[in-house]
Amino acid sequence: MPPEQNPSFAAAFAPALLDPTRTVPAIVTGPNGKAAGRRYAVYRNNVTVSLIDALAAIYPAVLRITGPDFFRAMARFHVRRTPPASPLLFDYGHGFPDFIAQYEHAQAVPWLADVARIERAWLDAYHARDAAPLSPARLSAIVPERLADIVFTPHPALGIVRSPFSAVTIFAANRDDAPVERIDASTPEDALITRPEFDVTVRRLPPGGAVFAACLASGRSLGEAAASALEASPEFDIASNIAGLIEAGAFTSLAPGDA
Amino acid sequence: MSAKLAVTTLVLAGAMSTALATLATAAPLTKAEADAAVAAKKEKCFGVALKGQNDCAAGPGTTCQGTSTADFQGNAWKFVQGGTCTSIELPGGKKGSLKPV
Repeated sequence: MPPEQNPSFAAAFAPALLDPTRTVPAIVTGPNGKAAGRRYAVYRNNVTVSLIDALAAIYPAVLRITGPDFFRAMARFHVRRTPPASPLLFDYGHGFPDFIAQYEHAQAVPWLADVARIERAWLDAYHARDAAPLSPARLSAIVPERLADIVFTPHPALGIVRSPFSAVTIFAANRDDAPVERIDASTPEDALITRPEFDVTVRRLPPGGAVFAACLASGRSLGEAAASALEASPEFDIASNIAGLIEAGAFTSLAPGDA
Repeated sequence: MSAKLAVTTLVLAGAMSTALATLATAAPLTKAEADAAVAAKKEKCFGVALKGQNDCAAGPGTTCQGTSTADFQGNAWKFVQGGTCTSIELPGGKKGSLKPV
């Protein structure tokens, strides 16, 4: 068995990779059995930098907002305490938004974690399984008496991010290189993330829309979801929210609920 | 059937016919915002940033990230250069800032 596939070799080799206070594993040797501390340092460096680079690629708006130096310092703290759980780098960093939320030096920018949550949902939608969105024709076939009972199957790419801040506006303004105009961060915004075909789209949800979409995505009936949304927000508009979710490709199918 | 459910059914039926008639009243991002978000060049070039690198990825003259124990946190507030966060304001005219609170 090659040494890199031997579990005991990996168990000895890996723990010091993300912990610079640990000494170089004794099993790491160069030609003629010499110590290979500098070679191990290169390996260590590449592990750390590649994971920071992965976070930078996954969270480009957070990177742009904070600037590269702050971002990389913050990312390194996260990397050191959060080794990857999967060999797929695009799957790395799911815990980064929560880390940002409690990161001491990001407390003055409390909207940053929600921007990161939208970016994470964006990439999850990008890699989600392909599925055809629900056709409006399916809805028009439902008799009115059954409407309250219908339930929907969420599209694999569907994501909902709620924020007490202007997270969607901040996200959108920082996903490319265009100049960022002054943004008031204090308007609550909820994001709907979908990918009906190949392009991920992010929309702002109207009042009550996030409650409505989340209820439907969790399998509650249309009647229950509408009631919950109206309770959460009296200005909730059922028609425009149904239309918006169908147009965005939030669902793949529907079924008559239990009578 | 309860009165509440009867109202709900009627409301839902009206809402559904309105929805099917329009199907275009969600609040999508503006064209420019959507284009910016969708373009997302960095994700489409994902492989560039994420493929394995055999040399020192941090480059010459850079602190070796893997072995450094330097405390970045203590002076992290200095790192705001190049960021856009100062354009983003919270009520009371307080700008986003990465200085320690």
